[in-house]
Amino acid sequence: MNRYLWPLIAVGALLIFLVMGLRHGDPRALPSPFIGKPAPQFELPTLKNPEVTIGSKNLAGDYAIVNVWATWCVMCRAEHGFLLDLAASKSIPIYGINWRDTRLEAIRWLDELGDPYLASAYDADGRVGIDWGVYGAPETFLVDPEGTVIYKHLGPLDPVIWEREFVARMASGGASK
Amino acid sequence: MKKLFIFFAAVLLTSPLYAIDQEKRFDDPEMQARYEQLISEVRCLQCQNQSIKDSNVSLAADLRREIARMIEEGQTDDEIAEFLVVRYGEFALYRPRTTGKTLVLWIAPFLLVLLGGFALVRILRHRMSLPIDGDSTEEGQAE
Repeated sequence: MNRYLWPLIAVGALLIFLVMGLRHGDPRALPSPFIGKPAPQFELPTLKNPEVTIGSKNLAGDYAIVNVWATWCVMCRAEHGFLLDLAASKSIPIYGINWRDTRLEAIRWLDELGDPYLASAYDADGRVGIDWGVYGAPETFLVDPEGTVIYKHLGPLDPVIWEREFVARMASGGASK
Repeated sequence: MKKLFIFFAAVLLTSPLYAIDQEKRFDDPEMQARYEQLISEVRCLQCQNQSIKDSNVSLAADLRREIARMIEEGQTDDEIAEFLVVRYGEFALYRPRTTGKTLVLWIAPFLLVLLGGFALVRILRHRMSLPIDGDSTEEGQAE
C-alpha cells in the first residue's frame, strides 16, 4: 500500500472540516438555548411611560416578536425601516426591549424614525437582556401563542429573512416543526 | 542600554495594572478569589475570544455584576455555571462541563495523542528493523 495514502486522507479530512468551518456563516451566531422553551419571564416599565409595565403577560395568546434594540446599535437603524413596514402590515404584534440605553435618547429615536412597537420595555441595566440570553443587538425572538420561543434571529431583519425564517415557522405551526 | 532595558521591563511588568476589572468586589479574599476565577472562565459573547474578565464591553460588565451578586447570595459555582448555560449555552463556559454533547471535546485530545503515539511507535519499530548499511549512516552524519 502507498505509504502516503493515510496521511493524505487525514489531511484531506482536515481540509474538509476547515472549509466547513469557514462556510459556517456568521461566527457570532450561536444556537439559542431558548428554542422550544418558554420565553423567559419578565416585567419591566415601558419606555414611554415608566408607570406602565410590560412583560410576559403581553406575549400570551398570539404569535409575537420581541425585538431587542438600542440607539447605540448601528444595525438596529438598518432594520428599522423593515420593522416599520412590518408594523404597518399589522401581521404580527411587535414588542421591543430597549436594551442598555438611555430613556430620553431612545424616545427621541422613536420620535424621529417612527415607532413600530406596540410597546418597548426599558431594560436600562441589561438584567432582562441576560435572562433572554441577549449578547448583541439587534436580536429578534419569535414567540408562539403558548409563549414558547420558536426562533431567534441575530442581526438586522429584512424581508427575505422574515419570509424564510419567521413566516415559514408560523405557517408550519411553530413548535411542532 | 541598561536604562532602556529597565524601561521595557517596567512597561511589561506593570501592564497587568491596565486590566479591566480592578476594583475589589469582595472584602473576603476567598470570595474575591472565587469571583476572579469564575469571571476568567466565562466567555464574553460579544467579543468571543475574550473572557468577561478581560473585556470591557457592556455585556461583560453586566455578567460580572450578576456573578458578583450570585456569589454574594451564596450560590455555588455549579449554580452560577448553570445560570449562564441556560441563557447562553455551553459556549459561554471556557471549560465546558462534561455532558453528552461536550464529551467529544474532552476526549478528542487524549485520543489524538494516543493515536499519534501509536503511529510513532509503529514507524520507529519499522525503522529499527531496517538493515543498517554504511551508506545511509554516512549520509545521515553528513547532514
